[in-house]
Amino acid sequence: MKVRVSITRKAGLSDPEGVETHRALHDLGYDEVGDVHFGRIITVEVAGKDAAEVQARVEEMCERLLANPVIEDYAVEVLG
Amino acid sequence: MTIAVVVFPGTNCEHDVVHALGVLGVSADLAWHRETDLAGASGVVLPGGFAHGDYLRTGAIARFSPVMTEVARLAEAGCPVLGICNGFQILCEAGLLPGALVANRDLRFVCRPIHVRVESTDSVLTAAATVGDVLRIPLNSYEGNYVAPAADVAALEEAGRVMLRYCDPSGAVTDPANPNGSMNAIAGIANAAGNVAGLMPHPERASEEILGSTDGRVLLESFVAAATAIPAGR
Amino acid sequence: MTEPVHRTLGMTDEEYESVVRVLDRTPEPAELAMYSVMWSEHCSYKSSRAWLGRFPTEAPWVVVGPGENAGVVDLGDGWLAALRIESHNHPSFVEPYQGAATGVGGILRDIFTMGARPIAVWDPIRFGSLDQPRNRYLLKGVVAGIAGYGNAVGVPTLGGEIEFADCYSGNPLVNVMALGILEREQLVLSAASGEGNVAVLLGAATGRDGIGGASILASASFDEGSGAKRPSVQIGDPFEEKKLIEACLELYERGLVVGIQDLGAAGISCATSECAANGGMGMDVDLDTVHLREHGMTPGEILMSESQERMLAIVRPEDVAEVLALAEKWEVDASSIGTVTPGGALRVFQDGALVAEVPAASLSEDAPRYERPRERPAWLDAVWADAPDVPDQVDVAGALRSLLDDPALGDRSWIYEQYDHQLFLNTVVGPGNDGSLLRIKGTEKGLAVSTDGDGLRCRLDPRRGGARIVWEAALNVAVTGARPYAVVDNLNFGNPEKPEVMWQFVEVVEGMSQACEALGVPVIGGNVSFYNETGGVDIHPTPVVGMLGFCDPMPPRAPRLDRAEEGMDVWLVGPEHLDDFAGSAFARVVLGNEGGRPHDADAEAGSTVIAHAIQLAGWSPVLHDVSAGGVAVALAEICIRSGVGAVVEAADWRELLCESPHRFLAVLPPEADPSDLSPIRRIATMGGAAIDFGRYGALPLTEATEIWRNALPRRLA
Repeated sequence: MKVRVSITRKAGLSDPEGVETHRALHDLGYDEVGDVHFGRIITVEVAGKDAAEVQARVEEMCERLLANPVIEDYAVEVLG
Repeated sequence: MTIAVVVFPGTNCEHDVVHALGVLGVSADLAWHRETDLAGASGVVLPGGFAHGDYLRTGAIARFSPVMTEVARLAEAGCPVLGICNGFQILCEAGLLPGALVANRDLRFVCRPIHVRVESTDSVLTAAATVGDVLRIPLNSYEGNYVAPAADVAALEEAGRVMLRYCDPSGAVTDPANPNGSMNAIAGIANAAGNVAGLMPHPERASEEILGSTDGRVLLESFVAAATAIPAGR
Repeated sequence: MTEPVHRTLGMTDEEYESVVRVLDRTPEPAELAMYSVMWSEHCSYKSSRAWLGRFPTEAPWVVVGPGENAGVVDLGDGWLAALRIESHNHPSFVEPYQGAATGVGGILRDIFTMGARPIAVWDPIRFGSLDQPRNRYLLKGVVAGIAGYGNAVGVPTLGGEIEFADCYSGNPLVNVMALGILEREQLVLSAASGEGNVAVLLGAATGRDGIGGASILASASFDEGSGAKRPSVQIGDPFEEKKLIEACLELYERGLVVGIQDLGAAGISCATSECAANGGMGMDVDLDTVHLREHGMTPGEILMSESQERMLAIVRPEDVAEVLALAEKWEVDASSIGTVTPGGALRVFQDGALVAEVPAASLSEDAPRYERPRERPAWLDAVWADAPDVPDQVDVAGALRSLLDDPALGDRSWIYEQYDHQLFLNTVVGPGNDGSLLRIKGTEKGLAVSTDGDGLRCRLDPRRGGARIVWEAALNVAVTGARPYAVVDNLNFGNPEKPEVMWQFVEVVEGMSQACEALGVPVIGGNVSFYNETGGVDIHPTPVVGMLGFCDPMPPRAPRLDRAEEGMDVWLVGPEHLDDFAGSAFARVVLGNEGGRPHDADAEAGSTVIAHAIQLAGWSPVLHDVSAGGVAVALAEICIRSGVGAVVEAADWRELLCESPHRFLAVLPPEADPSDLSPIRRIATMGGAAIDFGRYGALPLTEATEIWRNALPRRLA
């Protein structure tokens, strides 16, 4: 099964890439842009049939390795 | 007495640390990241570099190298453990120190001497220094920006576990003197027991006059003194 | 009618006929692919080879001269140094980050292929005006690529140099030089000797990235559609390279390697054929054993792939198991892909079938050589006639304001502070000074390095310009206390099929050769980059010199720019030609003139001045070469870096802004009397809060510092 993991910086913590990109978008005239947040997308292919089980396994992977729970949030999406 | 300098694939400051310790008359051995027994060492240094390419997240993969289980055991037993730059990042990822290090405020790698002020001497990193000392030491990092949840930072400050803070040459903590945007200008911290410490600047790069500064020596000497006081073979 | 395959591969009809003659038959597709890359300008030097023999290449201390992966010189007591320079101009234009990054990776492999540990990198770079967003993007991308790769692979970058001119707008120059050191017994060459020895491919998997990249990109001119060539740019992986360095160095240490070659341009074709040809042998290569990144690659694609971070080691059969185990320890992939055979044929198999069989040596030795037509450019007389119209009186302080604001003359720390320039604890004199000085730990020896180029002066007079950059580089190492010891050169030129460009090339080679001969310094390696043109406009002829200096022992306290103190005297050493303004920064920046004919180098004066510099380096706090911007800028840099002003006694403003060669400033304690080091005279005293030129005006030090620090960053913001 293909699983998509999205990892973002926890709200309130410094996100220099986001700040810089926000500035660049405003320079380009996109004044409507509010906060910009950076993150990573990781696609993991997992052997398994049960989506809930796969979901739980990948969440465990996030807790242990893929994300840093001290500073990052994550969302796991089983794409099937 | 010997000190173990841990080498992950991608580590690059290991020989520099061994050299600087040698200048202080201390012998150190390199320990490959697959080793699981460092019991013969009186102290452990995680040197700078790009362990495992810094891929995924700096320190994230190194944290699971076999040697880290042993480092955690020694840390628990009170053995001096020092993380420099990438080593600091790894100690944070491993949960041996709180917080994390993210990209510099200016999104540029910074390699230049900066100033840090000694904030506490209650650690293996600063025991031989004096509170208020200003040290000029090279910084060399892209991810040197210390962050942690506000409550954790407050707890660190409360407990006096901030060891080094970025400052200007006179010792004043100012925003322009903060080279990477670290919260509370934090450059180095320790655990509650004071035996595990991490810092972003490189004391080994400031340990000989010919290289421009000897201000890093007092930090390495603190660490060596703590290691000397510990019996090996635990 | 479709175009013949060889033409789509960049090969002329005559060259194709030569292949048919060599093989005595029509080439198979894989064979044609190999010849097309190996006979490209980039790999074969077909337009330049006839002239490169002019360079002096011999000296008693030369261990390996031009032709190998890097030049090697003897430092005594069993120590050797390896030096190499390369260009990554075309890939960096297409994709600045990866182009510059893979340039660093490639040059490092050239160094550790020789058995040396790479200890430092320099990056001379050139761009068009920063007024254009595209050039800002290129500069930022190139610097980030150098930093991203160099810092992560764990080799310090000690700087380089930077120039700006419109001619580089469509064609930036990204050169890269690396230095390594080794002990004599670890020297390895790229020869595959010993029938039955095994060729082991180490490192990254082979993919379709960079097929024909370096060679095709660097062997033809550019046009607007170059972005479409992006897929042929290689992606660098500094982590893989770091592991490869450590694995290879341990292989050498254990004596497990008979010969080794890195995989660069033309990938496996080049490495296997060169190893075999250098050893006078042949090789059987089995493509089924090559670790591939993608499915369905054709033999031609596998042979031509320029995937990065790969090495080919020649190993005795009984050592293969140990080599593979060592690779596994360092987490580097390795597989045996070939066997050394007698007879000189390179035979390539896939699925058991023979897909190519060529004489290994023919890929390099039978490559075409051209003596292309040369012609002195018709425009040169008009350019000489357009000499700078130098006024009678000048506000030197005002001129200095403009000069310090020039991005090529202002503070370059925005660039070099992104590079780790201290790793390995060897950096005694780092970036921001004339030359870098590295110690060799455990010895008294020092290695000084400078890279220098001057595109504008070489355009105005390629022979004189070529000579002057060699002399300038020599002086830059001398002011650290080192004697000029060896040269590598990177010759960046336009389209060699134009007679004017070939004329410039030959003139530059002549000028550089004369200077090297006068200095007694051998050329131990080099690189030629042609086709640096866009839209029919050629770049300035831009040779870049990498000068290695050597001292044993090092000065106890090598001079640096930041060591001047109040009350010290500033002495100007060297002869003066007060009318030498052609190609000067004053003419370019203040007068807006880029014409005239610069003075020639003066071998006798140059040698005397270098000897003086080496002597003074033993005890002077500050020595500083006088180059772009003349005495005024050189002195201002000392003042700014040391944080102290100066009071200048100048009889004529021209002596502060002219750029005659072979001059440097020495800042000495007040009691010192160096007047026997003729020609020398005292021109200033350190002190005060301004750079004070008397009747030619004064510039407050704080203002000078502010202008100088912001010259580059403000243009990049």
